[in-house]
Amino acid sequence: MADRTTDVWGERSPHGRGTPWSTRVDLHLHDGVGEADVDRWVPSACVLCSNGCGCDIAVKDGRMVGVRGRADDVVNRGRLGPKGLYASTPWASDRQRLTRPLVREGGRLVATDWDTALGRVVAESQRLLAENGPLTHGFYTSGQLFLEEYYTLGVIGKAGLGTPHMDGNTRLCTATAAAALKESFGADGQPGSYDDVEHCDALFSWGHNTAETQTVLWSRILDRTHGAAPPVLVCVDPRRTAVAAEAERTGGVHLAPQVGTNLALVNGITRELLEHGWIDEDWVAAHTLGLDDLREVVAPYTPEAVARTCGVAAADVERAAEIFGRSERVLSTVLQGFYQSHQATASAVGVNNLHLLRGMVGRPGGGILQMNGQPTAQNNRECGADGDLPGFRNWDNPAHVQQLADLWDVDPLTIPHWAPPTNAMQIFSYAEQGSIELLWISATNPAVSMPESARIRRILASDRCFVVVQDLFLTETAELADVVLPAAGWGEKTGAFTNADRTVHLSQQAVDPPGEARSDLDIFLTYARMMGFTDRSGRPLPSWSTPEEAFDAWRDASARRPVDYTRLTHERLRGADGLRWPVNAAAPDGTVRLYGDGVFPTATDVCETYGHDLLTGGAVTEQEHRALAPAGRAFLKGAAFTPPHEEPSAEYPLLFTTGRTVHHFHTRTKTARSRRLQDAAPDAWVELSATDAEGLGIAEGDLVRVESPRGAIEVRARIGSVREGAVFAPFHYGTWDLDGVAPGEGHRQANELTMTVWDPVSKQPCFKTAACRVVPLGRS
Amino acid sequence: MLHLATYVGLADHSEATLADSFRAVAEGHAAVADVYHTCRTLAGLSDTHRELLAPVAERYGEDESDGVDEPERLHASGLAEVRSGEIGLLRDLQDLHVLADLVRTTWLVIAQGAQGLRDHELLDVARRAAAGTQRQTSWLDTRIRAAAPQALIVAPPR
Ligand code: SF4
Repeated sequence: MADRTTDVWGERSPHGRGTPWSTRVDLHLHDGVGEADVDRWVPSACVLCSNGCGCDIAVKDGRMVGVRGRADDVVNRGRLGPKGLYASTPWASDRQRLTRPLVREGGRLVATDWDTALGRVVAESQRLLAENGPLTHGFYTSGQLFLEEYYTLGVIGKAGLGTPHMDGNTRLCTATAAAALKESFGADGQPGSYDDVEHCDALFSWGHNTAETQTVLWSRILDRTHGAAPPVLVCVDPRRTAVAAEAERTGGVHLAPQVGTNLALVNGITRELLEHGWIDEDWVAAHTLGLDDLREVVAPYTPEAVARTCGVAAADVERAAEIFGRSERVLSTVLQGFYQSHQATASAVGVNNLHLLRGMVGRPGGGILQMNGQPTAQNNRECGADGDLPGFRNWDNPAHVQQLADLWDVDPLTIPHWAPPTNAMQIFSYAEQGSIELLWISATNPAVSMPESARIRRILASDRCFVVVQDLFLTETAELADVVLPAAGWGEKTGAFTNADRTVHLSQQAVDPPGEARSDLDIFLTYARMMGFTDRSGRPLPSWSTPEEAFDAWRDASARRPVDYTRLTHERLRGADGLRWPVNAAAPDGTVRLYGDGVFPTATDVCETYGHDLLTGGAVTEQEHRALAPAGRAFLKGAAFTPPHEEPSAEYPLLFTTGRTVHHFHTRTKTARSRRLQDAAPDAWVELSATDAEGLGIAEGDLVRVESPRGAIEVRARIGSVREGAVFAPFHYGTWDLDGVAPGEGHRQANELTMTVWDPVSKQPCFKTAACRVVPLGRS
Repeated sequence: MLHLATYVGLADHSEATLADSFRAVAEGHAAVADVYHTCRTLAGLSDTHRELLAPVAERYGEDESDGVDEPERLHASGLAEVRSGEIGLLRDLQDLHVLADLVRTTWLVIAQGAQGLRDHELLDVARRAAAGTQRQTSWLDTRIRAAAPQALIVAPPR
């Protein structure tokens, strides 16, 4: 197999519309290991992006030594991308793995045993509960755990402790996807399926660099665009990505709006659809609400007005609208270019609106994929260890809360539902103000990944908050903790997870975790037992102790909700090639697409939220929702464009935006331990347009300093891939692998520059709306 | 008509006061990122209402020297300065709510007058502005609800 760090998507197998995608089994084993050496292959799925490609883990002598794609898997048909191939297993046997718990003694972290480490956590927890109650506790988890672990953590937090302060780093990646789906359709749940790639004749990528973020999905798209009757691509991205180039090659358009103006663009395209009558009037009348309001909101967004606001050609706006309006089957995919930018939820809802106007939901090829940044992020949304209640229940609906109280046998008032669950940014603010005094962070690295990272580090390092970090390695965040708990990772424990198109896989334990490391499930359950949480009948809470039992408990919680798992068991998932929820009596083999019947979970007693004003986030009340009588109709919702939070000024004339590179995931906790990936992308950089670079006298490879009002980075410049006025930096690079460099002193961490500000509806931080300036530091 | 003119004046003044107060709360709680940004957006809504009203107000000769001073006594004073801390924020949001509610009912009164006069233009302004005020109060409700438990139970003393 070619080196897939350079041949990222592998060879093409072009095929025509409506024909099945071929199989190609990708395999990678550690150096010196041959296929014949492998003792066993353990079924799993990759967790290094939201595709969740089906794979088997190679085990030799009790160690994970490589991976192989599963030929029949519905997600990838055997293919794996560079991260899946090269970064799935090397980290597991890395010498720096955490193998013992650590506690802070005299300012330093020292090794200890589990009883001591968890004993400290429990003592602190009990003291705070006795003094000030559960609002002193916050949990910040991941998009990296398994369903069983999220559900268990959700029960511990919501029914054991009773704190509303639980969220995940899913807030940074997928919160807007969830919010947009809830606002339009009444509940979370991905309407479309990856199968839509085979059926579409137009494909819109809204702020989604599929080529780097989900490489196997991109090779699936390339196999269509290189075959007969290829779909036309439209790409919305301020950078000229591989997706943008492919859009031009297929006769589509690359729209490169100025950073922070997505909503104006979407409003313009919506207006064109309405002006030309490219809408399915009958379907809209029967299945939606709000057309008149939407028409009024988008009326001012003529192609010329959009051209002025976004800095794109009016003709390109018209062309994109025509492609959307006249194609038979349009597939849209949306990601961080929208979710982490200004007016995120309104923009993502705008994409839903376009599909609703054309009645293009739940049909083969007519799909919406509001993506996740991470795998298993969907499970956090489903199971409620983030700012949601389990089973897409509505915190504002007493009947839904009562269902959970019955399930867990607790007083409904224990379950915090008097206000929206606290979002991650607010959790950190409470910790900063001193009212959250115990913050438990699992499998995530906020010291690098959150906006305005210097502020986050200050909060974590402060004496006011007792910080527990549970992870695989001593990350930049773990270094600031009071207690560090060594966790088992992927392949070292068993659990299920859902990818971005609702496909559920079971990842099975292949090897034992190193040293004293324990699974996150074990750690959470041990804490709960030590705390003595019980239900009203005096039984331990949670009542389960194995992954399989946790799954069964979750299955009961999912019954009769949109995310219905009632016909799924670990047994059924073992070795299965991906089943898409709901899997229930009505759909025993799963459900490829939601809403094919045009019935949405919007009825007042069913919906996950009553909705919000997209401009302010003001909540719609139950009475207002009831008065609208949506009864299964989807919402068409619009909002006016407002300028981004920090506009360029004389002092900071450029707009800073962040994103990913194909070779890394997150803060490189796993990917940098793959020699191939690390060699391919060893250090951070910044991208400038040719015009801006010339104006500043900067050449390719020069060292530059990028400064915002909050901080600075010093990295090499790359020239030419972003639009004028914009500056792009990858967000992966922290300091853990730099010798003798303290967190925040590496001068390459993109989030030193970003702002503490978030979308009013999804509460997802805006990583893409900071003003900056670039100062040349000299030739390389 | 005189009274209507007075109410038009009251709408204009109280929207201006509300906008100023939203801005004062934004600046005073600038460290609370969502409050800072949303309050500024909501101040902008009030500015828009005043712009919508301006041409109509001219027609009614918005006039304060007409001697009808009773509604002026309703003229709420804005928030000149803000309080600090989580409880302070809660109280400031409540004050904004009181002010916004005065604005809301003012538009209600004007809409009634406009209907009586069959003044479509004024009615349209009153309805659109009332919808905007509704957004302001709904955000205030939402934010107050979210801020209250932590502020009441565990906020550290300032
Ligand atoms: S595309 Fe994503 S899920 Fe698939 S192998 Fe690559 S990183 Fe893993």
